[in-house]
Amino acid sequence: MIYQGKQKIWSEYQKEIPDDHWFYVRSCIRQNFFPGAEVMFMKICRDLLGKDIYEAAHHTTCGGIAYHCDTIPQETVMTIVARQFALMTEAGYENYVASCITSFGNYIEILETWNEFPEVEAKVREMLWKACRREFNKPKYVAHASDLVYKFRNDIAARAKFRLVNRKTGEPLKVVEHIGCHYSKMFPSKGVGGAEYPYVLCGMIESWGGNVIDYPERRHCCGYGFRQYHVKANRGYSIANTHKKFESMEPYHPDMIITNCPGCPYFLDRWQYAISELEGKTYGENGYGIPVFTYEEVAGLVLGYDPWDLGLQLHQVAVEPLLDKIGIPYDPDEKYRGINHKDLLKPEIPGVLRCC
Amino acid sequence: MMNFGFKIAPSATINLDNVDMEKFTLLHEMEPDVYKCMACGSCSATCPAGRFTGMSVRKVILDLQRGREKEAVRMLKGCMLCGKCSMVCPRGINTRHLILSVCRIYNEDKQ
Repeated sequence: MIYQGKQKIWSEYQKEIPDDHWFYVRSCIRQNFFPGAEVMFMKICRDLLGKDIYEAAHHTTCGGIAYHCDTIPQETVMTIVARQFALMTEAGYENYVASCITSFGNYIEILETWNEFPEVEAKVREMLWKACRREFNKPKYVAHASDLVYKFRNDIAARAKFRLVNRKTGEPLKVVEHIGCHYSKMFPSKGVGGAEYPYVLCGMIESWGGNVIDYPERRHCCGYGFRQYHVKANRGYSIANTHKKFESMEPYHPDMIITNCPGCPYFLDRWQYAISELEGKTYGENGYGIPVFTYEEVAGLVLGYDPWDLGLQLHQVAVEPLLDKIGIPYDPDEKYRGINHKDLLKPEIPGVLRCC
Repeated sequence: MMNFGFKIAPSATINLDNVDMEKFTLLHEMEPDVYKCMACGSCSATCPAGRFTGMSVRKVILDLQRGREKEAVRMLKGCMLCGKCSMVCPRGINTRHLILSVCRIYNEDKQ
């Protein structure tokens, strides 16, 4: 292929990401599962890189979780989202960054819908005004928080205290990257690398010293799928997806998994326990599981933050074997100590999956 | 082992490379309308035998396309050829005739 032609095609998979001045909206579920992730994103952007990231205290869920669970109609979600945009407008921002993949997909879907059907946008503006007397401008740019970390990946690498490298062998760690379905499968042009070659996490892994694993079910869903999990009768299908992914990645012996979605790390992490109890099988070394991280947690780890300040004690799969592998120091006695050394109480140890 | 109230669902993967589509091609030659089906399920909803025998023309067509002949033919044994499905089909498929052709091609007795 002619080089210029190749460049032209690849340029369609690139995404322009503004450098500064962002309005940040959190996920409704992430802080319960991975409490250190969003805090770490703010610390990296504000304190480490000196960026202007604004967060409004009044923002709510985007409604995406209820929308994808089929419990509320799209007009309701649109009005919730319109209110978020109103908060952004009132704060004087034009760039909108979402912490959650489903929120990101939801915002993009709604903006595209308004673009195609302006009468729907007019109706939502009216509903928002009637509901809370607010008006909004549409954001000039919508990004996912992982887009920003991807953009700043080399700045983070330059400040890194650790690299994703096995301390003993000097080999790069074998890392599985898992992109949330709503990142680029719905609107491929809105994600870095599109739906075919999503590069957002690969870029981080390569920049921080790891090796990305390519395995057959790499682009398979994590298994959450909203109503597939929320309806108990369907949970067998949910866990079957996760099982399929783990069976597929197992021969490549991954050291860790990085994700950029709220649901994916939760299910890839917790379902390892459920699979071990149902099938008696574990996928890590020596009876452990494969530790699963959010990209902010990994950024925090390479930057040298304390693993327990990152909230890694809330993971189901033990992270200590990986910390030892990289050479990150940690105090086992502090694992279940919270702020001001408050005792968080130790969880029960599972029967099959080995934990620390 | 823990009882969560659910188990890992068995794989429903069908390898179409291993499916012999010869009979389905023949069916398509005899009944070109078989590709018109959009699996809306109107036929299944109106089928008087469906509730008692599990008969569903929609499922029969899908099963045949996926090489699950035995399941399709077993399902057809519940059909009474009343023709209600033909009356409700939004694509105008003569489902009654289609069922008879399926029985002829897939040779019901030998399944």
